[in-house]
Amino acid sequence: MAAKPLSRDAIARRVALDVPDGAYVNLGIGLPTQVANYVPADREVVYHSENGILGMGPAPAAGKEDPDLINAGKQPVTLLTGASIFHHTDAFAMIRGGHIDLALLGAMQVGANGDLANWATGDEKFPPAVGGAMDLAAGAAGVWVLMEHNAKDGTPKILERCTYPLTAEGVVDRIYTNLAVIDVTNDGLLVREMVTGLEFEELQGKTGARLRLANDWRPIPA
Amino acid sequence: MMNKCVASLPAAVSGIRDGAVILIGGFGNAGIPVELIDALIDQGAKDLTAVTNNAGSGRTDIAKLLATGRVRKIVCSYPRSAGSVVFEELYGAGKIELELVPQGTLSERMRAAGAGIGGFFTPTAAGTKLAEGKEVRRINGRDYVLEAPLKGDVALIKAETADRWGNLTFRLAARNFAPTMAMAASLTVVQARKIVDLGAIAPEHVVTPGVFVDRIVEVSNPAPAGRA
Repeated sequence: MAAKPLSRDAIARRVALDVPDGAYVNLGIGLPTQVANYVPADREVVYHSENGILGMGPAPAAGKEDPDLINAGKQPVTLLTGASIFHHTDAFAMIRGGHIDLALLGAMQVGANGDLANWATGDEKFPPAVGGAMDLAAGAAGVWVLMEHNAKDGTPKILERCTYPLTAEGVVDRIYTNLAVIDVTNDGLLVREMVTGLEFEELQGKTGARLRLANDWRPIPA
Repeated sequence: MMNKCVASLPAAVSGIRDGAVILIGGFGNAGIPVELIDALIDQGAKDLTAVTNNAGSGRTDIAKLLATGRVRKIVCSYPRSAGSVVFEELYGAGKIELELVPQGTLSERMRAAGAGIGGFFTPTAAGTKLAEGKEVRRINGRDYVLEAPLKGDVALIKAETADRWGNLTFRLAARNFAPTMAMAASLTVVQARKIVDLGAIAPEHVVTPGVFVDRIVEVSNPAPAGRA
């Protein structure tokens, strides 16, 4: 049976299953933002935005946007009952001080040692921009990465060591891709789940770092 | 009697000198003090350093200030946003210097300046390009980077309500950098949508206490930021 990679929505849906009830969570720009759509309704999760929001809700209905209420990606959002607003320095004290349980981030590359590269490719043509990426990576209690397993040209994004400029050293705990769920452990990368039909050797061939398959690995639940 | 209210936008920005470091509130288009920036452009100070999270979008406010060529350097966490065309043109032409600072470090550096702290060690950026040339200290088994306070000569911020003592409230997430910038500048200038009577803001609802504020001007119908 041929393996079918997960869609981006399916990656977000898979991650959402692991977000614990009662967690304070920061969602990075892009794919991580979609996780909020799939967190099971019986869990109460409080979303943090670096620009000073706890208790961020979904996007407003058309015509209900408020220019003073935006997320880190500058998109309009809403507030849930119980939300709070605070200034930037407090927002980052929450991040850097380890008060945010989980940062869900996109990545360009992840190293087998947990290094994260998600802010620059080193291409000097473009002005660099970092935003809150380094603060989140260094500060959140847990860092999960959501990304495609390979770049558009097929190049592995999981490597023994990142080649792009680092965002932070040794911070990634877990990687969710369209092919697998992989833990970053002291003994290297441990594959917990693979998409149905994918052989371990095939996954290893698409990865630029040595993988081990967990004894109790399972197919990614559909 | 203490009255920090001024009658006009020109009065609010008077005396800003060439070479000044200007802290400008806002995140994306939320909380940008559009009318104060326009007043600064009219006032004419040049050779400025602008400290602001984004480098403006569209052609108004921050982008308009950059386009005057009077900003020598920008200190910023995320200059490359959708519509940051003016900054990208200037940067590409080598006409503006960029100091890129992680967002939390940017905010904390201003807080340090406002709080009289001589610097601080942060784990943010340890082991990355943005820590190059900075002192790194190992504290409890982890690397921390020494960061310096970032003080402004002037802060331009936008508030929702203000009283004549300078007590401020902000609207929703337009608050962002404003309370920290108010602490960090020698001269803090506020455009408030409404100036209210002393006492109208309940003491426990004051977000920025008046001690951090120097001038207030009422702009009752502020323009949105980031227009084309």
